[in-house]
Amino acid sequence: MQSEKINKPDINIPPELQSQVAVTTLDRIYNWSRASSLWPMMFGLACCAIEMIITAASRVDFSRFGMEVMRPSPRQADVMIVSGTVTKKMVPQIVRLFNQMGEPKYVVAMGACASGGGPFKEGYNVVSGIDKFLPVDVYIPGCPPTPQALLHGLLVLQKKIEKEKLTDAEWYKKDFHEEIPIPILGPDLLDPRKFHLFKKELETTTEEFLIESDAKGEEA
Amino acid sequence: MEEKVLVSDLPALDSLYPEKVILDTRSGYGGFIVQREFLLELFKDIHDVWGYDMLSSITGVDYFPEMMEVVYHFYRSLGGGALVLKVQVPRDDAVVPSIFSIYNGAEFQEREAWDLLGIKFDGHPDLRRILMWEGFAGHPLRKDWKEAYYEEDTKPFSSRWPEGVAEHAEKKNLFKANVKYPDNFDPDKWIASGEEALYLGLQKSKNDQDMETESIVINLGPQHPSTHGVFRMAALIEGEAIIDLKPAFGYLHRNHEKIGERNTFLQNMPFTDRLDYISSMSNNFGYALAVEKLMGVKPPERAEYIRVIMAELTRIVSHFISTGFLLNDLGAFFTPALYALKERELILDVFEAVSGSRMMCNYFRFGGVVRDLPAGIHETIKNLAFERLPGKVDELDQLLTGNEIVRSRCIGIGVLTAEQAINLSATGPILRASGVPYDIRRADPYSIYDRFDFDIPVLYHGDIYDRYLIRIEEMRQSIRIIQQAITQIPEGPVFEGKPQYQVKVPAGEAYGRVEAPKGELGFYVVSNGQANPWRYHVRAPSFINLTSLRQMCLNYKVADVVAILGSIDIVLGEVDR
Repeated sequence: MQSEKINKPDINIPPELQSQVAVTTLDRIYNWSRASSLWPMMFGLACCAIEMIITAASRVDFSRFGMEVMRPSPRQADVMIVSGTVTKKMVPQIVRLFNQMGEPKYVVAMGACASGGGPFKEGYNVVSGIDKFLPVDVYIPGCPPTPQALLHGLLVLQKKIEKEKLTDAEWYKKDFHEEIPIPILGPDLLDPRKFHLFKKELETTTEEFLIESDAKGEEA
Repeated sequence: MEEKVLVSDLPALDSLYPEKVILDTRSGYGGFIVQREFLLELFKDIHDVWGYDMLSSITGVDYFPEMMEVVYHFYRSLGGGALVLKVQVPRDDAVVPSIFSIYNGAEFQEREAWDLLGIKFDGHPDLRRILMWEGFAGHPLRKDWKEAYYEEDTKPFSSRWPEGVAEHAEKKNLFKANVKYPDNFDPDKWIASGEEALYLGLQKSKNDQDMETESIVINLGPQHPSTHGVFRMAALIEGEAIIDLKPAFGYLHRNHEKIGERNTFLQNMPFTDRLDYISSMSNNFGYALAVEKLMGVKPPERAEYIRVIMAELTRIVSHFISTGFLLNDLGAFFTPALYALKERELILDVFEAVSGSRMMCNYFRFGGVVRDLPAGIHETIKNLAFERLPGKVDELDQLLTGNEIVRSRCIGIGVLTAEQAINLSATGPILRASGVPYDIRRADPYSIYDRFDFDIPVLYHGDIYDRYLIRIEEMRQSIRIIQQAITQIPEGPVFEGKPQYQVKVPAGEAYGRVEAPKGELGFYVVSNGQANPWRYHVRAPSFINLTSLRQMCLNYKVADVVAILGSIDIVLGEVDR
């Protein structure tokens, strides 16, 4: 096999065997097979979902890169394409869906809204970017991104997967537990990860303190 | 009242009902102001005596700090102009009798006005929040309500970068700055209450059969492949039969109206693209008409033709998609949709050429369109209209219409009678499939639609199959319109006056409506002479068409609900706005 993606360089395979034999590492073949069969979750949020469908349709056709199986169930999906505006009312469900996906899992923020709120950022029901809650692997700009842009984003994700190492992979570590607490719909959207800040605020109400701790809370 | 009532006649309600109704004499305003106490009595007359049987839109305007106004738009299903009625109530006592008993189509619109403006409708059977969740603090469209990222009342903001450094609005979002939390609020003890209210609202059947059945609530959505986005239904079922069904909205509520009231008039144009994101040109059209009414400008001839061509191409796109995805819902997974999407791409190429964007065209301006057709596109459209599209519509028709599975899944399912459809404020293909030949392009013509020769298809069974057939036929009629328009289109300018960022809009109100692919798309705009609209309301056809979803689904099976929803053809950007 002459695929550059799996063959380990600087190992000479006799020419007569090159079409049958590949010498590779476990990392390479594992990542190659994972990256070439990404199954996106079939779940559209807004306008970008239409362009996502077009990317699956005949003109662009991302099944050429092994992504043709879109699964409505999170249990069977590898990558969540957040295609559209994330609203406060919807974000608990999105986080729940993300928690239900099996590791290894990836998140693609498609379009301006999913990346940072986009044109609707100032809205009272809009979460300014899914990265406030989920770890995003690839951001795709555009409103909406063209199908070509989405395809490019997915190819970038493939490249990212190909660089991962089994020995470093977080999800194989013993104490790995990545479950994101589900936000709560209160008087406004409440993030359980920030409850301690919230309580402190109710006690102190000093504003300078909050600006600082809010920024820290985002990193955490 | 003996003499014949002409369709175009507007009753002089102020002289017919003195002391109950007065003429709205504010400059730039029209219609009548009704006393709150006589509202129900009068609206009964409007419906029974004066023939205004279609409730188009209910909305509210917050004239801060004086009063709250509820605005009703009525039409006759026979055609003609609008009857605009208003009720004025104090802001701290915003209670109005619900007209649900007369017009069932008021159900969701009244809930929306309650949710966003805090207007209480007395006697509404299920007055809950609709777009926001139960427990949300405040009514966002009230002028004194500020969101967490609030900066200034109007755009353009004085400066986003006071020190020459961009700053994130999130950093300014203090917990208590604009969000009003109740005293002693403890996040650990908060219990969300919205779900229960939704389930309690579902009505159990009251049949006295001998057999004991147990009813179950099932949820479809918000993440479900059949719901065309983030739509959710809670259905009460007995066995497989639907006993009651309630839609739950708001999962894509993007605060279109609140943002729209802060934007300048022109800044709203690209936002309208994102309402019904499959047919952005129609949305542009409706908003442009509303603001042009206020400004009193008329686009030049060539621009009118371009507008009609683009709006009809959009209708073809939308109906192609809706047909393809209806078949998805029936189980023909993506094969018919691929046929439809292939043609859509060709039309999107035209949109990209004229506007620079495939989906979000932002092509219309107040007084014309933003730029002329680029070289060669005239030929492309001609080719599409005369050569390509007629054959492709026929192809879809041949592949699907006679198909045994399509017929057996669609015929006689999801029936809506003409009376029900009118009473539930259904518009567009749904109304016409139920036997009411109502199309705004004919009933209340706008732009230059009166010049073209086309038919309004109408069918009488009101089931899924008829809605599908109406869409196929409407595509043929749209092609006819495009064929005429592209041959008659004159040369000339495409914009009236000088293009400018800041348009001057005189004070007043205007309601512009177009026959969008999904139904009647209306924009209610109130200006106070400033740079940004005081009130900007969208009467979204797919949202209001969903009022009839419950009626269509009753006593059918769960699997039919998916197909019925597909036949209503909703786009969530428009449903939730």
